[in-house]
Amino acid sequence: MNIRARCRDIALFFLLAGLAAPLANAAPLGLPAEPIPSDNPQTAAKIKLGDRLFHEQRFSADGKVSCSTCHEKQKAFTDHRRVSEGHNGLLGTRNAPTVINSAYMKTLFWDGREPDLEGQSKQPPVNPVEGGLPNHEALLEIIRADPSYVEAFREVFGVDAADITIDHYAAAIASFERTQIAGNSPFDRYQYGGDKTAMSEAAIRGLKVFTGQGRCVSCHRIEQNQALFTDNRFHNIGVGFKNIRGRVGEIAAEFIKAKNAGADVDRTVLADPDASELGRFAVTEDINQVGAFKTATLRNIELTAPYMHDGSQKTLEDMVEFYNNGGRVNADDPFSPFLSGGIRPLNLSGQQKADLVEFLKALTSPGVAAEVTSTRIITGKRGEPES
Amino acid sequence: MNGMTRRRFLRQGGALLAAGSLPLSLVEIAFGKSSPENFSFAFLSDSHITHIKGKEFVRNWDRGLIRAVAETNLLDPRPDFIFYGGDIAQLGTPEEIDHGLELLGGLRGDIHYIMGEHDYYLDLGEHWRKQLGPDHYSFDHKGVHFVVLNSILTYDEWTHDKWDTPLRRMKEMARLDNPQGSPFMVGEEQRAWLRNDLAGIDKDTPIVVMSHSPLQKIYKGWNFWTEDAEQVQELLKPFTKVTVLYGHVHQIQYNQIGNISFNSAMATAWPWPYPASFTQEASYLPRLTVNMNRADPFFERDATGWQFINMHTGDVDVHYILPDNRNRVVAFNDKLGHPADTVYQPEPDRIPPQRHY
Repeated sequence: MNIRARCRDIALFFLLAGLAAPLANAAPLGLPAEPIPSDNPQTAAKIKLGDRLFHEQRFSADGKVSCSTCHEKQKAFTDHRRVSEGHNGLLGTRNAPTVINSAYMKTLFWDGREPDLEGQSKQPPVNPVEGGLPNHEALLEIIRADPSYVEAFREVFGVDAADITIDHYAAAIASFERTQIAGNSPFDRYQYGGDKTAMSEAAIRGLKVFTGQGRCVSCHRIEQNQALFTDNRFHNIGVGFKNIRGRVGEIAAEFIKAKNAGADVDRTVLADPDASELGRFAVTEDINQVGAFKTATLRNIELTAPYMHDGSQKTLEDMVEFYNNGGRVNADDPFSPFLSGGIRPLNLSGQQKADLVEFLKALTSPGVAAEVTSTRIITGKRGEPES
Repeated sequence: MNGMTRRRFLRQGGALLAAGSLPLSLVEIAFGKSSPENFSFAFLSDSHITHIKGKEFVRNWDRGLIRAVAETNLLDPRPDFIFYGGDIAQLGTPEEIDHGLELLGGLRGDIHYIMGEHDYYLDLGEHWRKQLGPDHYSFDHKGVHFVVLNSILTYDEWTHDKWDTPLRRMKEMARLDNPQGSPFMVGEEQRAWLRNDLAGIDKDTPIVVMSHSPLQKIYKGWNFWTEDAEQVQELLKPFTKVTVLYGHVHQIQYNQIGNISFNSAMATAWPWPYPASFTQEASYLPRLTVNMNRADPFFERDATGWQFINMHTGDVDVHYILPDNRNRVVAFNDKLGHPADTVYQPEPDRIPPQRHY
């Protein structure tokens, strides 16, 4: 039986049994209806399998790295590190974005190199600085050799051990990730729930800065009846520019040469800090997307430090200052010549900056906050005492 | 899983690549063939650098030029040279021209300059010529004859007798829909020079004419117009292949009149709407032009841009690089015998013109 027919049968079963509850939750306050791909419907068994796969450490070269290593529930599905640490302590080049509400994203990864969660989930296990497995076959062998996995895949997808593919794995992980959506923040209750006391006075003033002089809302969007706080587009906001200043031409040319010779984008950008700074350009090779990265959602941002694609901003205050300087850490730093046309100095007052931070703190979903045990940024190696 | 989505994604990715990538894969390898050879050059235009006071200049226009320069420097293989299409300055002051030239100094490669009316009408081009040399000239490159004209001159009486101060004259010429304005022209003297310049050129040699204003008549109120366009076209008629490239209009235009192909440049500063949307009268906008989608005012670079140009067997393909927008290619279409937008040409793919209020 093919996957689609099997899923349809399962969906039908739940429908007939009146058990649609885990599959078709109404969207939380402030979020739009969740997009579920028609060829990968949510089922309880698939979500459960995805949850297990998400936490499976055996899908890595040292047996210690799972999806949850860098997307840990207790850390709001991030790792609180500047950049993520893969197997054997290897460091990548990018900050782990939260899984929460990633179901709404139109492209995945900071440079949008994958179109969906399914595609995204396949890359880390075989990236040399993340999972470090030689190929997907190595991952599938682990699954096929584990009777409890074989049974679960049979139940969910109707396949025998030999027929389990990486696409089954990806479908299950994506289904689990699609359960991680969160709204109902103080902002949502204020904006969409009619509760004008849900946000503090400072946060309400901050919302004005956010939609006015701060110009934040143009990319971190708030709509009439929902807010994803992203435009799903790519912008050069000046982050990381200093690292490749004056060398962009040669780095871009080198990268294109390597890509034309067959180099993999996922591997190259996570292994080479210079290539990483090319951003969306690495995917599209479009000259006007150099250093452009995807607009991240701001939901639960208080719980997901550090910030930006390279984790270079430690606090919300630092981040606001960076934008206030027009995409620069210090007011006397040079601007990136590739800077997006939307980024310019904002001339915010100290009060406005403080209010903006208060507003950002009002984007935390209570359900997410309840799971988070610490928001401290981690600098030491995994397994060592946290500094 | 999700095969359809993935295929669509890859295809769209591919389309983007073809439209806006480094021209590496786009330059036809035809060296060794008989001349003209294939090559590419970049074309930046209309930066309108505006002086505020002291060392202060309008940031938005500075950023547009800075970004275009930085992106042009990424072209690989390198363009053979760069054209600057005119209007470096807003009010033609030495401060504006010099600041613009300083920013353009970041370009890697030789730059050929064209005079714009904003560079000219304060001091009648004196500072510009002091910094950059003659305002009309020609040269040959890989089998193509390039001609640069100063097309923004006008009647002597308007220029010399009508205004109290040079600044007043500059500001009058800068105004759109100005009842006291005056149409651009190449003028008799330059046309005589052009006739002479072309006299020794083989009729099969591809000709590229660079001017600031369109050497065709589109909309007089905004000087999307050259008064003696027909007379200039007449001089170009005997040649098999002629392309006119121009700035000034801050929008994508293309057209074919007889043997002459016309292509415009985007501005690095700001976009103009198509004049048709502001007038109740009939527009002479070239029939083939497909309207540009309009600017998002938040993204200051939206609907601005620059272009690089591939020349192959004497024809021109213009690649428009449009930040915060979708890049476009207007290529000479051999079958149709005129330039055509490679994406929007089929009627159903076009973005309908939008009403402006």
